[in-house]
Amino acid sequence: MAAQYPALQVVLALLAAPVCLILRRPNAAWAVATVITWISLALALSLLGRVWETGVILYPMGDWAAPWGIEYQIDTVNAFMLVIVTLIGSVVMPFARASVEAEIEEERIYLFYCMYLLNLAGLLGIAITGDVFNLFVFLEISSLSSYVMISLGRDKRALTAAYRYLVIGTIGATFYIIGVGMMYMTTGSLNMADLAAILPAVADSRTVLVALGFLTVGLGLKLALFPLHLWLPNAYAYAPSAVTVFLAATGTKVAVYAFIRIFFTVFGGVEIFTAGVIPQILAVLAALAMIGASAVAIYQTDVKRLLAYSSIAQIGYMVLGISMVTVTGLAGTIVHLFNHAIMKGGLFMAMGCILFKIGAVQLDQFEGLGKRMPVTMAAFVAGGFSLIGVPLTVGFVSKWYLVQAALEKGWWLAVAAILASSLLAVIYIWRVVEVAYFRPPPKGSAEVSEAPLSMLVPLWILIGASYYFGIDATQTLDIAFAAAETLFAPPL
Amino acid sequence: MEFLGLLNYWIVVVLMMTGFYIVIAHNNLVKKIVGLNIFQVSVFVFYITMAKVKGGTAPILAEGIEIYSNPLPHVLILTAIVVGVATTALGLALVVRIHDAYGTIEDDEIEARENEL
Repeated sequence: MAAQYPALQVVLALLAAPVCLILRRPNAAWAVATVITWISLALALSLLGRVWETGVILYPMGDWAAPWGIEYQIDTVNAFMLVIVTLIGSVVMPFARASVEAEIEEERIYLFYCMYLLNLAGLLGIAITGDVFNLFVFLEISSLSSYVMISLGRDKRALTAAYRYLVIGTIGATFYIIGVGMMYMTTGSLNMADLAAILPAVADSRTVLVALGFLTVGLGLKLALFPLHLWLPNAYAYAPSAVTVFLAATGTKVAVYAFIRIFFTVFGGVEIFTAGVIPQILAVLAALAMIGASAVAIYQTDVKRLLAYSSIAQIGYMVLGISMVTVTGLAGTIVHLFNHAIMKGGLFMAMGCILFKIGAVQLDQFEGLGKRMPVTMAAFVAGGFSLIGVPLTVGFVSKWYLVQAALEKGWWLAVAAILASSLLAVIYIWRVVEVAYFRPPPKGSAEVSEAPLSMLVPLWILIGASYYFGIDATQTLDIAFAAAETLFAPPL
Repeated sequence: MEFLGLLNYWIVVVLMMTGFYIVIAHNNLVKKIVGLNIFQVSVFVFYITMAKVKGGTAPILAEGIEIYSNPLPHVLILTAIVVGVATTALGLALVVRIHDAYGTIEDDEIEARENEL
């Protein structure tokens, strides 16, 4: 049974999606989705445990031997990704019940859970697969379902946000398969490990260079790398709260993972990345994202949009870590994948609670919210500290290692960019705090109570985790460093 | 001869750029989806072209068949076509909903209305 875990990891969610469709009842669909997500978390944890003890797991799908068949290759990096995705999913599900009931029409709720499970299956598939074309298929499963979920938002701008994301996302995915096709032309293989072995011999050909360009831009669109991020703010701002939490915490992270996989595993043996100008280009874009997006965040009046811009800045940190091409830098990126997932998940959950009670997340409606919803706002402030990178939070841990990696390389400008971006984060978090705590509630506003416990508990689990793993970061750092070292190890 | 030999690839490039241009330049949401389709079709042609082996037949196990075209890209493209159909369907469904909500499917008019909100 345990040998089949890699397949079950993806297949369970994929099969449960149509079950939700058949059940039709909102509560039944929610129950199925929750149980499946929790089982997936258990599977992911057991896979991570096995990888940690015995090393890479290879799982040929349907027993077709690689490189012809599709092979799942699980090492520390993607086992960690699986845990991040399922962990966030597991915390989101209890939160989603009340939140979705409030934000999506009742007859569409079961469709939401169906899409959520498809999205989960797609994200897990991207993380687990060792085949570049299979990755494309999962990428599209997760993208298509996320377009649908975004379009379920109450605001009619959700529709246009979903449409624009669909157009940009499809261009990104198509760029990605063009790149894959060009690699296939020169190597005749789609298996990542196999490609890594063949590519160095043909790395001089223009086709491979062009393939790398297409892959970079394609995945850059998916992970919202500045300046390819234009789809993200509206998509996050107008999607239903539970969707925003899940997508913000997992969607772009998995795309970052795919980016790392292509660059460090598939192109691992090729000089063009380690010696070329690509790292410098990425570093500059990352720095622009960190400072530019944070600066734009300051001027937002919709707090969900504000957090969305902050996400673009945080993706900048991850790309900065990648661009350093050192173990410390990459470990910083990988640990930030986890850290940002829990803190941004928590912050968007706080938005969900406020949306649930107040019905809007415009900044002027936050007046006096510190008194009206003390538990939620306290969580927001705590999460905000983490976003800024105050010591004892996970945000500090990530930034500490990224700064260290930048110092190792002597990249003083990168250190300056990290500090500048953190200072900008202080400003945009403070703007919200100021309105919520230092302005009196508007006259005539009803005594607003707190959101239900089913939403507050998941919120505080994520915020609590962002302090727990900030105070004692040894576990996450051990995994991140081991993962980064695997990526730099020569291919098998 | 070289140009003719690479004719399919030239078609791929022309289709790809046409589709991409339509997606970027057109204001009408349905036309954008059509452009996206052309863009994707160019990739299908690209995959199928690279699989062709000169003088090769279909990959069947039978006597007298020695050179055959690579079947794998065809299979990949079947999958990609399915993905493309799903994307088109979803895109058009969204356009219908957008039309209901905004009363127009012209991008600039929608943007003007969004800015009023």
